[in-house]
Amino acid sequence: MCRKGFTSAGFYFICRICPFGGFFDILVGMRRLGFLLILFLWFVPAVAGASTITSAVKEYRLKNGLKVLIVEDHKAPLATFQIWYRVGSVNEPAGRTGMSHLLEHMMFKGTPKYGSKQFSNIISRNGGTDNAFTTKEYTTYFQTIASDRINISIELEADRMANLLLDPKEVAAEKNVVMEERRMRYEDEPQSAVYEDAVAAAFKAHPYHWPVIGWMSDIASIQRDDLYKYYRTSYSPDNAFIVISGDVQPESILTKIEKEFGNIAPTNNKARVNTVEPEQQGERRIYVKKEAELPYITMLYHVPNFPHEDNFALDVLSTILSDGRSSRLYKNIVYEKRLALNASAEYSGFYRNPFLFTFSATAAPGKPIEDVEKAIYEEIDRIKKEPPSETEVQKAKNQIEASFIFAQDSNYSKALYAGMFEMMGDWRLMDKYLEGIRKVKPADVQAMAKKYLTGDNKTVGVLIPIKNSK
Amino acid sequence: MKNSKYREISIYSLIFIFAFLFFISSSHAVEIRREVTPNKLTVLQVERHNLPVVMVTLLVKASPLSEPGDKAGIAYLTSKMLNEGTSRRTSSGISGEIEFLGAALDASTNYDFTTISLSVLKKDIEKGFDLFSDILLNPSFKEDELKRKKELLKGALRQREEDPSFVANKTFIKEVFGGHPYGRLVEGSVESIDAIKREDVVNFYHRHYLPANAILSVVGDLTPRELDSLLKKYLSGWSAGAPGINRQTETASGNETDSIAVPARGEVVLVNKDVTQASIILGNLGISRSNPDYYAVQVMNYVLGGGGFASRLMKIVRDEMGLTYSIYSAFVGNKEPGQFEVEVQTKNGSAGAVIEEILKQIRLIMTAPVTDQELSDAKAYLTGSFPRRLETSRKVADFLAAVQFYNLGDDYIEKYPEYINRVTKDDVLRVAKKYLDPENYKLAVVGNEKKLIMDFKK
Repeated sequence: MCRKGFTSAGFYFICRICPFGGFFDILVGMRRLGFLLILFLWFVPAVAGASTITSAVKEYRLKNGLKVLIVEDHKAPLATFQIWYRVGSVNEPAGRTGMSHLLEHMMFKGTPKYGSKQFSNIISRNGGTDNAFTTKEYTTYFQTIASDRINISIELEADRMANLLLDPKEVAAEKNVVMEERRMRYEDEPQSAVYEDAVAAAFKAHPYHWPVIGWMSDIASIQRDDLYKYYRTSYSPDNAFIVISGDVQPESILTKIEKEFGNIAPTNNKARVNTVEPEQQGERRIYVKKEAELPYITMLYHVPNFPHEDNFALDVLSTILSDGRSSRLYKNIVYEKRLALNASAEYSGFYRNPFLFTFSATAAPGKPIEDVEKAIYEEIDRIKKEPPSETEVQKAKNQIEASFIFAQDSNYSKALYAGMFEMMGDWRLMDKYLEGIRKVKPADVQAMAKKYLTGDNKTVGVLIPIKNSK
Repeated sequence: MKNSKYREISIYSLIFIFAFLFFISSSHAVEIRREVTPNKLTVLQVERHNLPVVMVTLLVKASPLSEPGDKAGIAYLTSKMLNEGTSRRTSSGISGEIEFLGAALDASTNYDFTTISLSVLKKDIEKGFDLFSDILLNPSFKEDELKRKKELLKGALRQREEDPSFVANKTFIKEVFGGHPYGRLVEGSVESIDAIKREDVVNFYHRHYLPANAILSVVGDLTPRELDSLLKKYLSGWSAGAPGINRQTETASGNETDSIAVPARGEVVLVNKDVTQASIILGNLGISRSNPDYYAVQVMNYVLGGGGFASRLMKIVRDEMGLTYSIYSAFVGNKEPGQFEVEVQTKNGSAGAVIEEILKQIRLIMTAPVTDQELSDAKAYLTGSFPRRLETSRKVADFLAAVQFYNLGDDYIEKYPEYINRVTKDDVLRVAKKYLDPENYKLAVVGNEKKLIMDFKK
């Protein structure tokens, strides 16, 4: 399904390799930033139908703290296995940014039992795919495979939770790979470079400040022993949970999970982020001058995260502004005024701490970026002055609801939904989400714009294209 | 579809190149209902009642293969104009109505065909079909909408110049295909888009958007009876006519056409850009989808560079040398012979070293048989990955239409494992020798001239 709302500028998934990670062909019309950096999630997991997933989820917990969520679906002989670790770039110490993501890469580089790259080779040989992604707060590994082979996933994942080699030579080689990845995603992608700088400006204290992939010089300086220590403390059964969705029988699969994971000791890792981003007191503005064709702008506003009570109206607000060609930003700025090639708004609520509400737009050829910026403010002011119509709010609710139902056709996305809510505290929050969205009134949406989309709460990033002498 | 590679985002579509058409295990066989309507529309239907959703794909044989070179991009533009207004609805009326349902209705074009896709909840199927048939049958192609769309498309083309991989691809296909339609972007160029007039679009539409020139695939929570009634109500007024002649009908597939450039010896085209990383594409003219060697080529390519971490190029250039994040090879099996390509990004300073290794790996697979393990791994993946590829109703709908378009046969789903499993080591070696060419390749490099190190042994 191609729907807006699954991506977020804030949601930076960095996969081991994207070509095999992007399951969803839902990129049409999204801005480029989205194309390259993000593994598309149903980011605004919606509403009606949520109960149909929650009612299908079964929860178990092993003695060592490992939680297991199982969503049965017998429509096809397939299953998705996901393991989520509660570790991401926010947990990295200064000077070692990018360590979570590098460790994700290294998880494919072997244990004493299965050598380097054996993991993926075994999965492919069995007709499956596997990949992983790292975000600011978690690292997720997944395989989709014939359901009668799901035990292979369980064995391999348990093995690498406990026994990763981290061969120094392999670490050195993989650092080069990640540096190439950084060149591809940031250094040579002008719009991504702007986003990276803007987020860094928006968060001066909170570790959201740095990108998931890390700063180039940090990647270069990470040592094998840093990585090993990080692995030992973060990769444990009590700092992880498993989600399985598909054609499986809970009883037999739990027996297998117990057998493979049951003997891995917990670490009682309590790593949490204590830093609170101080309230912003005035606009911040950054510029990036780079070889590029067209100017680009992004505007970031600090907003609360799920399940804050404002989360729901913020979601509806971003949908009204940006979901589809009937949304306000497309209709008014791209279609009517012809100022921009694309214009979008995204609310990133699925963070453990307050994150961002983001606008971004690429200027149409010949149009000044100042006019694009002004046009976005006009849309914000309009919604502050006048609440959206009942019809508009209902349309947004329908869009969110339908996207949720469409997503249920895929084991992978069902597991992803459950996992994302679990990461926010509890998979049962899915139902709360449903209720929350349904209650949103036009005046609530208006109130969100007034409360958060203010000049002093804003960080602006602008791309100024230059023609280099090269 | 795999051809979208050059249209939307290159990295995502790799999964399609990698494993394009698949089959299903017999225990969960897909039961396909076929019919041809009185107005000659081919209809394929699969019932799936696991969710209250319906996925519709209409494939129309309209693509760059059907357009005159001086109007390049007309097929794409025509498809993009469909939801910009009809005799009954305005552009914003269409998007407003469809989005109120939480549904999606989109049209797009790749190198071989155009698709119109509807994704809708079962409860809204009437309204969805109404909108779907309206944009298909009654597009108004208003002058001001056309002008607006052309500006947007030209702007988007310009913005994509910021992407080194896009520039490398554009350069590479031009070298490989010359004046052939595969040698240009599906969207056309700024100049060719400018040259398209309203009358051209209207004529193109009337010539190609005909039931006999289309395949309708419907998958989801819908019974045959329900579909028949929808077809009668919404599509029986689609008038059968004589389709315009597509270029592909004139060309024997599997052969090089006269307009495909004869490759010269190891040509390098360099595009200078202020980047830290060189984007490199190397390759040559490949094969069509209907080439009998297609399956052997897929197995060979899996071993060479199509198999992700299981492939030789990834193992060596990424894992051993640490010189890239992404490297892959692909044979694009289109209606007419597509390209073989290896694409890679590496820092400017190691461009030459990577190119040298690619050529070395191409030579190796042409001279020594693959190992038994490599052969069996490739087959296991290609056959075993199938059910995954038909997991959702959307995937099944697109798949069925493509199978029909490429004439892969009614029994394609059942036969696929056999097509793969009968490939031998000798076949792999033979097709490597036949379709790879480490001497007469085309090479496009987008990099920083001042920092590029391009020395390599040929």
